[in-house]
Amino acid sequence: MATRTRSSRPVHTSSVLQRQVRPALAGATFTLFTLIILTAFLSPFGYMTVTALKDRPMITESSTPILPSKPATFTYEGEEYPILFVPDENGRLHEWAIIKKGREESTFIDPKNPDTGPIQWTGKWRTLESTWELSPVWENFGYAWTQLNMLRLLRNTLLIAVVGMIGTVCSCTVVAYGFTRFRIPGKSILFMMLVSTMILPSFVTIVPTYILFERMGWMGTMLPLMVPHFFANAYNVFLLRQYFLTIPREMDEAAMIDGAGPIRTLISVILPQSVPALVAVGIFHFMWAWNDFFGPLLYLSTEIDLQPVAIGIQRFNQQFSARPHMVQASALLGLLLPLILFFLAQRVFMRGIVFTGVEK
Amino acid sequence: MSSMFSELSFKDLKFTRTKLTKLTRREALWGLFFLSPWIIGFLLWTLGPMIASFVFSFTDFNLLHREEMQWVGLDNYRLLFTDPNVKTAVSVSLRFAAIALPVGILQPVLMAALLNDERLWARRLFTTLFYLPSIVPMVSTVYIWQGMMNTQTGWINRFLTAIGIAGPDWLNARAWIYPSLVIIGLWGVGDMMLYTLATMQGVPTELYEAAQVDGAGRFRQFRHITLPMITPVIFYNLILSSIGIVQYFLVPFVLKGPNGDPGNATWFYGMHLYKEAFAYSKMGYGATLAWVLFLFVLIVTIFLFWSSKYWVFYQAGEQK
Repeated sequence: MATRTRSSRPVHTSSVLQRQVRPALAGATFTLFTLIILTAFLSPFGYMTVTALKDRPMITESSTPILPSKPATFTYEGEEYPILFVPDENGRLHEWAIIKKGREESTFIDPKNPDTGPIQWTGKWRTLESTWELSPVWENFGYAWTQLNMLRLLRNTLLIAVVGMIGTVCSCTVVAYGFTRFRIPGKSILFMMLVSTMILPSFVTIVPTYILFERMGWMGTMLPLMVPHFFANAYNVFLLRQYFLTIPREMDEAAMIDGAGPIRTLISVILPQSVPALVAVGIFHFMWAWNDFFGPLLYLSTEIDLQPVAIGIQRFNQQFSARPHMVQASALLGLLLPLILFFLAQRVFMRGIVFTGVEK
Repeated sequence: MSSMFSELSFKDLKFTRTKLTKLTRREALWGLFFLSPWIIGFLLWTLGPMIASFVFSFTDFNLLHREEMQWVGLDNYRLLFTDPNVKTAVSVSLRFAAIALPVGILQPVLMAALLNDERLWARRLFTTLFYLPSIVPMVSTVYIWQGMMNTQTGWINRFLTAIGIAGPDWLNARAWIYPSLVIIGLWGVGDMMLYTLATMQGVPTELYEAAQVDGAGRFRQFRHITLPMITPVIFYNLILSSIGIVQYFLVPFVLKGPNGDPGNATWFYGMHLYKEAFAYSKMGYGATLAWVLFLFVLIVTIFLFWSSKYWVFYQAGEQK
């Protein structure tokens, strides 16, 4: 900002430089700094992807490169030979395959032009470093997929998530409509009670709820994970209420004058204008259900056939904890669908979050 | 700009009794009709269970021997205050909170400040990328970090070795387990970061312009303008983080299993409750643990709301 106050002075080249170069430099430095933090912050994604594509030796041997690689080889006259980095008398490095190992002298072949024939090289071949070629073990995913029984996990998770999503979207819409458009005695008390349920730890109600579901014979079924979502929840009611408040009241009044009842008004006036908020609520619930661990842990621990992804991955990793590549492959399979969904609906999703926490 | 808890002020409650005309009664009935899913749900899944929980806390109800249920008076409460496992659980939860809470409050503010800085290029891209870890399901997050923190093959210790530092045993040393859990938690603050960022972007630019005229530097602008303006979000975060910590369960359970390893260090209150109520089916005692937790949360929340009038800054006219 200091440059701005000086602009009344005659323009010298130095001040032009200052005005243009300095902010650019500050921007570059600051962005670089942020980029370094971001890289560290996201590096576990890199670890996961790279590890999921390795086999055991690639992980355990510390001399191996970060990327999934195996020592490069070259096939010469029907036999495979490892390729090494070989310096010549000028100190230049060549990637040559070693075809005959000797104590003081070895024979190499140049994989790029094998026709030039064997090359004699004097020196200790054991001191040479091997070259690596990328060799991702894609089979890990296939193995993890079948061992997890991923199709079954996906089916169960989608079933739980979609039914709950329908319940959440419908009930929260209706309740938010009631809170925004009707004068009800004691409404402010009711709304306060709604908001305060967010502060209530779920552990407080879990014991009797568990007993209730047990009494109803819902143990080992998906019902405890679906039915409660048909009764609205504070976060999503709040989000939708905030959104409905931005829709001008005159619009529903016009509809009412035309003879529409409250239900018609909701369907024909409010809903068409609230699509982004409804989509956001739907996605939030989907993500929540995909993530939910405690519910299925309580109600489906005995029913392996009905368990969702979160539980499936945890069970899988109790067996495979000694194989980091399998653990990471399963972690990756577990986050793929939410990640895709996030990128598809990124804007609606991030706006929806801001809408929940911040009053416009 | 204020968080949704600004709705929780008691002042705006009106207890005026108005005569209901036919028309207003119709409106009220329609309104109650629309609210009914939530009202029924509140009775079924919140109020009912809380009362039931309170009643159960005076019994020895066990799901495995349900016929033998007896009233035991205050026995469960007596047991709770003498149970050494509860003592462990409370001290574990408090020690964890002492590290996790400050980090959980500071991190979103720092990240939002970084993303709100006008020197940063491609701010929206950075925001999306910093948000990204928050959509990773918790179970995946735990396993990814478990791998990262492996002493032999994890990237953290490989990196530390490369720069000449001997890395600790993150997940098996009692001294390192809490910092490790806090590091895993760094991946879960995306929502708070977005709230904070949105609030920062809503601060009127005139305030900064005025401060610049007065010669205030970046740091002082942040300290005296940005920080007061985002206190509502910090308050919101403080409340939600405190509640998150009292029922912290999933991460230690998936990471270290149900036994509180290493050496009771992850025997959180939630773990204790889970074991007593659901592994041993001691519902009466479980309900007692839950109720005491509720009272604790209630006291903490009341204290925080009381304290908020001294440090949470609502813009004039905004506190409805």
